[in-house]
Amino acid sequence: MAERLLDIKDLHISFDVYGGTLKVLNGVNLFMYEGEKVGLVGETGCGKTTTAKSILKILPVPPARIPKGEIFFKRQDVLKMVPKEIQRIRAQGISMIFQDPTAALNPVFTIGDQLMEAIKYSSIQDGLSRREIRKLAIQTLQDVALPDPERILENYPIQLSGGMRQRICIAMALATESQLLIADEPTTSLDVTIQDQVLRLLGVLVKEKETSTILITHSLGIVREWTQRVYVMYAGGMVETARTAELFESPLHPYTQGLMKAVPKLTGEGIAEGISGRIPDYLNPPEGCRFNPRCPHVMPVCKKERPPFFNARDDHQVACFLFKE
Amino acid sequence: MAAETLKLINLKKYFYTKMGTVKAADGVSFSIRERETLGLVGESGSGKSTVAYTILGIYGPTQGNILFKGQDISRESKKRPKHFKKEIQIVFQDPGSSLNPRRSIKQILELPLRVHHISGNGGFTEQVEKLLNMVELPSEYMYKYPLAIGGGERQIVAIARALATNPSFIVLDEPTSALDVSVQAKIIGLLMELQEELNLTYLFITHDLSLMRNMATRVAIMYLGKICEIAPTVEFFKSPLHPYTRILLSSIPVVSREEEELKPKKITSRGEIPSPVNVPPGCSFHLRCPERMDICSQVDPEITGKEKGHWVRCHLYDKGL
Repeated sequence: MAERLLDIKDLHISFDVYGGTLKVLNGVNLFMYEGEKVGLVGETGCGKTTTAKSILKILPVPPARIPKGEIFFKRQDVLKMVPKEIQRIRAQGISMIFQDPTAALNPVFTIGDQLMEAIKYSSIQDGLSRREIRKLAIQTLQDVALPDPERILENYPIQLSGGMRQRICIAMALATESQLLIADEPTTSLDVTIQDQVLRLLGVLVKEKETSTILITHSLGIVREWTQRVYVMYAGGMVETARTAELFESPLHPYTQGLMKAVPKLTGEGIAEGISGRIPDYLNPPEGCRFNPRCPHVMPVCKKERPPFFNARDDHQVACFLFKE
Repeated sequence: MAAETLKLINLKKYFYTKMGTVKAADGVSFSIRERETLGLVGESGSGKSTVAYTILGIYGPTQGNILFKGQDISRESKKRPKHFKKEIQIVFQDPGSSLNPRRSIKQILELPLRVHHISGNGGFTEQVEKLLNMVELPSEYMYKYPLAIGGGERQIVAIARALATNPSFIVLDEPTSALDVSVQAKIIGLLMELQEELNLTYLFITHDLSLMRNMATRVAIMYLGKICEIAPTVEFFKSPLHPYTRILLSSIPVVSREEEELKPKKITSRGEIPSPVNVPPGCSFHLRCPERMDICSQVDPEITGKEKGHWVRCHLYDKGL
């Protein structure tokens, strides 16, 4: 069995705000092997981005607090690293693509400045000359299929379209030869035809460079087409994980089932009810399973205890007491 | 056949900017019959919201006509008679910014009632209660503020506000794209119930084709200010004709194998959406089209019809369908 590249164990994160403490992450467990493409899917406010940010240790502390949990990247606990070590991880180990490329790029520097800086500080070979860095930058822009890279280096972000900007962000993330790529809703702000292009490109590049990838999204369709294994997240915890094909074939957790039913289908069978209620208030989350107020199969035990992952089938785990056996 | 509620004839809306003229809507014609849902689909910048806003009178059209129940209303809202304004309402995309955060829901719902002098025997409070009842929200909600309720509920309040004047036609401008799927399902369900109950006609704007499949009676596809295909929903998804439509359909990420089989064979989309200031000559789609011919870069195709109300604007079908 391959080595676990990333292993998040029982991660709890809360935010101190006016009026109390938001208990957002409630024991997140997630691991991935080298070379895997893992999806993390969930609705707004379920803690996907908080999880991603905690891996890179870019959560603002305070207001965030990490009372409990470990994040192992290549067997080293990221949370215990000193600033210098974490810098090295950010430069060479893990890179991230953010949802909104407009906000991720600095509007007052040219693409060239930003891209070359990323390459300079992450460069595996030290002491590259400016000309060599520029050459690498041009090379990376060609990799992401942008026409006329020399001109683009001189452009400011505002001069490019949304799809192009996101390609620049991908170029920056992949230029660094990092082992793990976290793509946080990389195509949510793009149109479908452009989304399709960007995802396809990302797929090709990730395969070429053998980068392990976590794709964070709220779109079940993208997860199905893009990943090998998937985690479904609800209100700060993982509710189900399985191989992607298996999960879409037979979703087991009541939340996953509700979500699948709510997605409008091309077959045109009408729109299902949706899931009643809404995500819990993190100031006072429900006791036990956080899904219990909305769950159609709720049992007395769900209101008292938090369900751990139960093995439903091979490689298919569900955090629900229905699958205790 | 039901009467036509709305008819657009060669509607044009141009914006004049320093960079040049933006032809946001460039000769859009379609009609919507009573109790129908016309789905208007397009990518960002295709002009779908411009069309909607021109119908509402937020802008006056540059050229062309808008007929509402046979009467010409092709001018800005302030030049329209008040009873027309009452008939046409809109639900915006983001309920976070379309509802005033400093007004209670009662105040929000009362405003259109005051403007149009609608009050039953019990006055405004009773009317507001009735509206909340209609959209299945508890009546205590009238004392809450938009920030105190969830995103889905806010959108329901926005729908209630649109219903306040008892309209016959509602423009739904991406009403669910700011919401999660589990919430979206509920809102769409509500909209369809209301349509049934109150005999509403919808113009439904979205970029989500899978949603369209389940909601619309007819679908129109827009690209750079022009309609490129329009057809009844079932026919549209069974045999899409325009190359752009096929690319759109094959780009949708889907969640099941049955859906996969319904999509056209994988067509690789390429190129960017051109800037609407610089629309390419000829057919505006020719730069990205996989089936481009010589004529496409020179002559803009005319829209041609097929039986069953299927219209397409592409040179591939010049010789008939």
